[in-house]
Amino acid sequence: MKTLKARVLVFLTLWGVWLVLTAPWSVQEAAAGAVAAFLIAALPFFPSSPLEDLRLSPKALLYVVAYAFVFLKALVLSNLDVAFRVLHPKLPIAPGIVKVKTKLKTPLGRLLLANSITLTPGTITVETRGQDLYVHWIKVADADPVAATEAIVGDFEKYLEVICG
Amino acid sequence: MAAIIGASLSLVGSLFFLLSAIGLLRMPDAFNRMQAGTKATTLGSMLFLVGIGLMRPDFLGRALLLAGFIALTNPVSSNALARAAHGYRKRLGAKLAPDALAEDDEALAAAAVRDAAAGSQAPRVQEGRHVD
Repeated sequence: MKTLKARVLVFLTLWGVWLVLTAPWSVQEAAAGAVAAFLIAALPFFPSSPLEDLRLSPKALLYVVAYAFVFLKALVLSNLDVAFRVLHPKLPIAPGIVKVKTKLKTPLGRLLLANSITLTPGTITVETRGQDLYVHWIKVADADPVAATEAIVGDFEKYLEVICG
Repeated sequence: MAAIIGASLSLVGSLFFLLSAIGLLRMPDAFNRMQAGTKATTLGSMLFLVGIGLMRPDFLGRALLLAGFIALTNPVSSNALARAAHGYRKRLGAKLAPDALAEDDEALAAAAVRDAAAGSQAPRVQEGRHVD
């Protein structure tokens, strides 16, 4: 079965969410959730899912954890940066849309990269076309695609390349 | 002890909400309002939820789940808003110093016109984008 990996991941995600939602656990509730999650994961018409691009080697899982920390650090730093710009009396912004080229090949990798860029304040992904991401940047430091790529996605890409190529 | 940490995390989170509200008022156009408004809420709401989770440990799992859903859905809506705003950028009066997307749109449209002139095909309308 081609979609087996995605089905297993869907089952684990659904069941995990169910278990967290029904926090003081009872065996009956957990079993009912497992049955429902299994039925959904075993649907005959399962759409092809980008989840199949996820790598599950130990190194990739380690990088998922590392990526969470790298992302949180970027989130906090850029939040403080935007807070500084908002409170500054002169409002030091120079907004513009720059083009960023990504090395990631898989749809899941590009999705995660675009969403990470959007979640960090100061940058919003406006559009993606193939390997180009068009990013709105609150203070354009460099309009050149290579330098902009390094400044915006340099940190994320290293980890995402290992997680989902 | 956990209650105190949770309360201070919630306080910091609500400060970020305040900052984003100030940003919403001060920023000049739709894109920058989006930067200040929807973005400061990511860290703000996450800190707030974690803080509540620490104050009431039986809600911690559920609060983290909510933070996860915010992390998954916020970028999707922001991206849709930004795309729509870019289509109407002239009417919104947005100033974009380098606008790589508009340049590439113009290049594509020019190429389509050239194709139509050369091959006398029906002119290709650009899909899915409102060109103002």
